[in-house]
Amino acid sequence: MIRVNDKFDVEWQEGMTVNSLLTILKFTFPMIIVSVNGRVVPKSEYGPTRVEDNDEVKVIHLIAGG
Amino acid sequence: MSTKDIQEMRQAHEVLAEFDYELGEVEKGYTNRTLYVNLSDNTIASKPVTQQMKDIFTGGKGFGLWLLWNGVTGDTKWNDPENEIVISSGPIGGTTQYPGSGKSLVVSLSPTTHSVIDSNVGGHFGPLLKFAGWDALEIQGKAERDVIVFIDGNAGKVTIEEAPEEAVDTHLIGEQMMEMFAKTDREKRDISTVSAGSGADHTLIGCLNFSWYDVRRKSVRFKQAGRGGIGTVLRDKKIKALVVKYSGRKGVANNPADRKRISKVGSKINKEIRDYDAVQNRMRNVGTPYLVSIMNDYDLLPVYNFRFGSHPEAEKIAGDVWEKRFTQDLPDGCWLGCTMSCSHAVDGYELRTGPYRGQVVIVDGPEYETTAGCGSNCGIFDPDALLEINFYCDTYGIDTISFGTLTAFVMECYEAGILNEEITGGLELSFGNAVAAIELLHQMGRGEGFGLIAGQGIRRVTQIFAQEYGGDPQFMHDIGMEAKGLEYSEYVTKESLAQQGGYGLASKGPQHDEAWLIFMDMVNNQLPTFEDKAEALHYFPMWRTWFGLCGLCKLPWNDIVPPDNAETDEPPKIPEHVQNYVELFSGVTGREVTKEDLITMSETVYNFQRVFNLKMGFGTREHDAIPYRSMGPVTVQEYESRAERYDKQLKELVRDDAEGKTTEEKMAALRAYREEQYEKLIDAVYKRRGWTPNGIPTPETLKRLHIDFPDMVELVRRHIE
Repeated sequence: MIRVNDKFDVEWQEGMTVNSLLTILKFTFPMIIVSVNGRVVPKSEYGPTRVEDNDEVKVIHLIAGG
Repeated sequence: MSTKDIQEMRQAHEVLAEFDYELGEVEKGYTNRTLYVNLSDNTIASKPVTQQMKDIFTGGKGFGLWLLWNGVTGDTKWNDPENEIVISSGPIGGTTQYPGSGKSLVVSLSPTTHSVIDSNVGGHFGPLLKFAGWDALEIQGKAERDVIVFIDGNAGKVTIEEAPEEAVDTHLIGEQMMEMFAKTDREKRDISTVSAGSGADHTLIGCLNFSWYDVRRKSVRFKQAGRGGIGTVLRDKKIKALVVKYSGRKGVANNPADRKRISKVGSKINKEIRDYDAVQNRMRNVGTPYLVSIMNDYDLLPVYNFRFGSHPEAEKIAGDVWEKRFTQDLPDGCWLGCTMSCSHAVDGYELRTGPYRGQVVIVDGPEYETTAGCGSNCGIFDPDALLEINFYCDTYGIDTISFGTLTAFVMECYEAGILNEEITGGLELSFGNAVAAIELLHQMGRGEGFGLIAGQGIRRVTQIFAQEYGGDPQFMHDIGMEAKGLEYSEYVTKESLAQQGGYGLASKGPQHDEAWLIFMDMVNNQLPTFEDKAEALHYFPMWRTWFGLCGLCKLPWNDIVPPDNAETDEPPKIPEHVQNYVELFSGVTGREVTKEDLITMSETVYNFQRVFNLKMGFGTREHDAIPYRSMGPVTVQEYESRAERYDKQLKELVRDDAEGKTTEEKMAALRAYREEQYEKLIDAVYKRRGWTPNGIPTPETLKRLHIDFPDMVELVRRHIE
């Protein structure tokens, strides 16, 4: 199980990446900061960066709004 | 439109008053005087701007509030002659080196909230007004017949002129004024107008349109000061248009204290926008409609009167659609030098309905709020229908946000059986019926039928529906998305307590320009305690208020971010951009400030506005109440659509096992919990802001902010004791 932002529980899957985790969560906002176990993951590395079971993931959305 | 027509219109004018003034220079962002126009007795005068006024109120909304405070009493009603419309940009307004620096702030007493309202808007009026010699325009009184007010910033002359022949609707009179007062095509760039429209004559949700001349399109464009019915006030004063003309703009027209300092931060942010907008929010191609699909993904897009937060058809009205409809590769800034350029338009749209059917027009927008409010919230997913509504709302002078939110409310009342075709005069106002929604709008423009009733706004129609049609007042109160008498802007807040407060505690009513905390709260989980939420509901409203004091747009603050923003201490605040604004304000005004000073400047005006609400008979805790639809599910259908989420919350947060309970029982338990949470939030925010538990700024708070004027202190003491 992956707990994101200490709030959202996502069932861990074999081969899960930051990209696939964001897709499951429908986190489509472009201005986000992702960290896995405290390490910030650059956007260019969302695809290759693996997320392991029980990793601590933060996806911080920068506020916006009209 | 022929030159002869314009000449005939001009010849029909009767000049009621003339006022000659000495041209002045803008000095460090200020002209140090304001223009007063009274339409009842046709007086026109200059008022000084004192150093104290600048120190305490800064400019923009601050100046507007101060002038209005002195113009009205606690008994003044929105349609009394004493009510005013004050327009002011601010000390940074008119800057061309930094994006988003052309805003105007409008302040008045609102027909729908009966208290003080403010609304911000692009277009060129505020900057041109300043270059014409005035930090603010203050209009009081009522004309007997339709007038225009013309400020000639080169001749140094202000006139009030009866204008019987001109149109009322904005797309017509905007062009007429441009043709009338520009001697050459080139001079059209030097003119801006403020107008409303026939819908503002017949409803309480009238908006103001601020114009600018689009050189590339060779046409007049408009932005709207939408909120709170100021367009209705304009027409109540029998104003067809306010016109300002100023030729001779310079790149440094504000005469800033330090040009290099401004240019330095301006160059930096402009490069940032050029380099990163395409991979961030794409404001230059899509503008605010980029939010539609995002809000839909996060269950935040209002659907069917805020019942739901997403809809499978949302993509039909999402950013991709508008990107194709908007004419691309034009510099779509609503003020000069704005590289964010998000003021997009659909060119060559042929109107399908109404009095201008068959005309080919430019539709300014739609923005996100219009798309969500008049689209998904009403179950309308037809882009052409939205263009039709957007255009007619603008030219009729009707606020698209209030129109969308109240039409959604009316549609739910219709589907709930409170209304029927007999009551609506044949309009089948069910969700998704774009034809009926458009006809409702035309009725508002014509001043007839059910449009006259609906145009009163949700708070009043709720009373009418209860008294005359037997509607259940409690149900309508629960689903009527208004607070303080103002219709909600377009975000679903059920899962964000902080944003419930962002709306409910906003000074003028539920508009998101004070705070937009949904991601920080609901998604990021960065505000877990009441104290955390209260701190955010202190900082962000104060921060965002500051833009309106200075003539600035908030979009270049956080709809673009530096690439290393993620590594800063407080990414949501965009620290580098905050520092830009410190440099910008200091550079223009010569007043050295810190980032903390900016917050104090806002806090001063914010508390002043809160006490202003008190003066008008509001401004206490009971007026910060919000409809339950903004907190949680009102109907069984709503609950069951997200039953898993709500059942989980009952179990984890309320410690109430949902097992074996009916949906109604679960809804009641959830409601009790959420309403209690909102009250606790209010307690925490009031405490953080230095207010009493009844929401009144304490005398100590007023003193700390140097607004302990005797009448204000006496006012708050009277309410505290």
